[in-house]
Amino acid sequence: MFITAASAISPQKSFRNADGFTAVPLTEGNRLVCAEPDYSSLIEPKLIRRMSRIIRMGVATAIDALQQAGVTDPSAIITGTAYGCLEDTGIFLKRMVENKEEMLTPTAFIQSTHNTVGAQIALMLKCNAYNNTYVHRALSFETALLDTMMLLKENGTSQVLVGAADELTDQSFIILERFGLFRKQPAGEGAAFFVAKASPDAAIAEVKGIRTLINPGTQQVEDAVKTLLQTHGLGAGDVQLLLSGRTADTAMDQYYNVVEQTIGNEAAVIQFKALCGEYPTSTSFALWLACNTMQGKTMPGMTNASHVRYAVIYNADKSGYHSIMLISKC
Amino acid sequence: MSAPVYIAGLGAISGIGNDVAENFRALQEGRAGLSAIRYLDTVHKNTFPAGEVKSSNEELAERCGWMGSDSRTAMLGYLAAREALDDAGINGSVAYRTGLISATSVGGMDLTEHFYPHFLANNSGGKLRQVVEHECGAVTEKMAAALQVTDFVSTVSTACSSSANAIMLGARMIRNGLLDVVIAGGTDALSCFTLNGFNTLMILDQQLCQPFDQQRRGLNLGEGAGFIVLVSEAVAKDLSKPAYAKLTGYANANDAYHQTASSPDGTGSFLAMKGALEMSGLKASDIDYINLHGTGTQNNDASESTAIRRIFGNSLPRMSSTKSFTGHTLAACGGLEAVYSIKAMEQQCLLPGLRISKPVIEEEGVMVNEFTNGIPVKNILSNSFGFGGNCSSLIFSAI
Amino acid sequence: MSREQLIEDLKRQIVAQLNLQVQPESINADEPLFNEGLGLDSIDALELIVLMQQNYKIRLVNAEDGPKVFQSIGTMADFILENQAEQN
Repeated sequence: MFITAASAISPQKSFRNADGFTAVPLTEGNRLVCAEPDYSSLIEPKLIRRMSRIIRMGVATAIDALQQAGVTDPSAIITGTAYGCLEDTGIFLKRMVENKEEMLTPTAFIQSTHNTVGAQIALMLKCNAYNNTYVHRALSFETALLDTMMLLKENGTSQVLVGAADELTDQSFIILERFGLFRKQPAGEGAAFFVAKASPDAAIAEVKGIRTLINPGTQQVEDAVKTLLQTHGLGAGDVQLLLSGRTADTAMDQYYNVVEQTIGNEAAVIQFKALCGEYPTSTSFALWLACNTMQGKTMPGMTNASHVRYAVIYNADKSGYHSIMLISKC
Repeated sequence: MSAPVYIAGLGAISGIGNDVAENFRALQEGRAGLSAIRYLDTVHKNTFPAGEVKSSNEELAERCGWMGSDSRTAMLGYLAAREALDDAGINGSVAYRTGLISATSVGGMDLTEHFYPHFLANNSGGKLRQVVEHECGAVTEKMAAALQVTDFVSTVSTACSSSANAIMLGARMIRNGLLDVVIAGGTDALSCFTLNGFNTLMILDQQLCQPFDQQRRGLNLGEGAGFIVLVSEAVAKDLSKPAYAKLTGYANANDAYHQTASSPDGTGSFLAMKGALEMSGLKASDIDYINLHGTGTQNNDASESTAIRRIFGNSLPRMSSTKSFTGHTLAACGGLEAVYSIKAMEQQCLLPGLRISKPVIEEEGVMVNEFTNGIPVKNILSNSFGFGGNCSSLIFSAI
Repeated sequence: MSREQLIEDLKRQIVAQLNLQVQPESINADEPLFNEGLGLDSIDALELIVLMQQNYKIRLVNAEDGPKVFQSIGTMADFILENQAEQN
């Protein structure tokens, strides 16, 4: 799967910041908030009014990716989101409770459906193509990528718009914090979209393979990493960069240790959640980082990205979802 | 990507039955499951008829063998998926790569809405236990754990076309050689959030709905779950009983017209049905029966019938909307109606649509008004169209 | 309340309720609300029905009357004034 464009809105100044991007690990507080652009240059006012924050972030990165790739009519639009449209869900629930189920209005309800990001993109582009939304926790983005890979196999001329978005609202942050998710690691949020195709021309990076695991043991993870590398003729020492989902929360340390050992000491390790915070579709931000690296752009903790030919993205979510991606330079 | 995909197992729970047999008997006997709301606590309980599953949460938990703190959506989903898997007769001694692809529109919202009033009063209020299954994916996760599926699990959420899309993904993963067996479908429990949400759109009928009738007033909501077990050809050869049918065509298209309303010319529906037909290699005239999306809203039924005429011209197949029995089960409808369609093919019968006096499609004999036995049914088209213009069609064919 | 005051109130309320990205003062009281003009759609119509009920205690009994009543802010104001007179 070849990526021809990548766009991200994140707690970093990542949006349309081609040359100026120097990611800074964010250490203040336990909630990272996206640095959002001025949307008026991308989305007309008549449409913006129907878009809550997460929709704007998703639509803006999708439009940006399509513009970068020079694509106006994608063959498919595939979105991953674990939490969906939380702001509107919260608004509708609040009104429903306060008004005791009377005199409610439709806008928040309509905008709360999980496939609204994908639907709004289709509406803006008048795109009748295949459109799907995956909502499976820390595998939402991975399922979207898997669907994309299959689409490209099924139709080699496709150009697929694929991405993910998850937001943090004041309410969701409080609730997730009560679950103890952000004791040691800040919460995050973000949106990232990519254009993918089957042929390598004009590609900025290649996703050579993805593997997902559910509640594996460390041996299974080690085997999966080894197999993924071997399938592409690689072994320990051949990967120059590991984008790791490790955080200060030690719960999944044994898995991250095993993966680092398997990849080998030569690989620089970047903990991407220090840049974007903890959220279920954060691997989409990691993929955006990988695409940047493959284009020779700077990464914090790495003085020179030009030597990176292969990168692995590995995330071990506490709910038991693991994902491994192998990315290569084109 | 031409490997055939077979359906080996069926599972269902809805307002008209607790399992496939009960559901089918109700369809045969013309017994709808729509009435005043009994189980959901809402101010609208006597205003809008709904197709509730006729069991309390305690009763469902007992059937699941669970503790009683789970979302109704998870319980309905598990029961239907379990029935489908048990029905499939898959050789248990072979380690087939098995996936669960479920679908839901509001996940565990039925519990979240109990949490919310307390939380709004005080940030530390409300029991966290009630939001553990809030996320769509968390509901599927609970089902997967109970079914012991670990190879691949995911969740689709595209409003009313969700479970049709889940079935499509499952079939494609089998054809791409990634999985051997996929339990695919969807589940949704009735919630105040959904009921009130649909009420704001003013598309709910205060009487029993009349899909595809010229006097229709809107939809009745329902709840339930429908799952089918998709298997590869290799697995199909090794089943303890023959597979039911093949999935021969599927397509998803987007209307791209409006957030909730369908385009007058039914673009999305037209493209979905056309795509499914093209994949199946069938002619329009090969379709023996259409299980309509047929919600009973002014907009859907007009749009869907327009699209059907565009595809079938003057040779309209027999058709009906089983939502006249179950109500609109939202994300579950694609899966539930797939089960009904496949069962109809197994039994070689036509399923009726209830309470039509003046049909939208007026040609004689097109709308099925009564359950009809002894009809050669070889190919069935099932439609599911959702908010966000998401349109999906599935074609099932006799083996 | 005078018709002029009601119209000014309605402009502000509608901009707020529908999240319109325009200044209330810039709306012409006789410009069409739907399709052209402000370009509102069926979802906005539903919002306006609730707005009338909530702010003015007036229920639009027949949804078919919608297009007439909501033709412009001017017609909305007239409808409200008529119905408030009846209530009194």
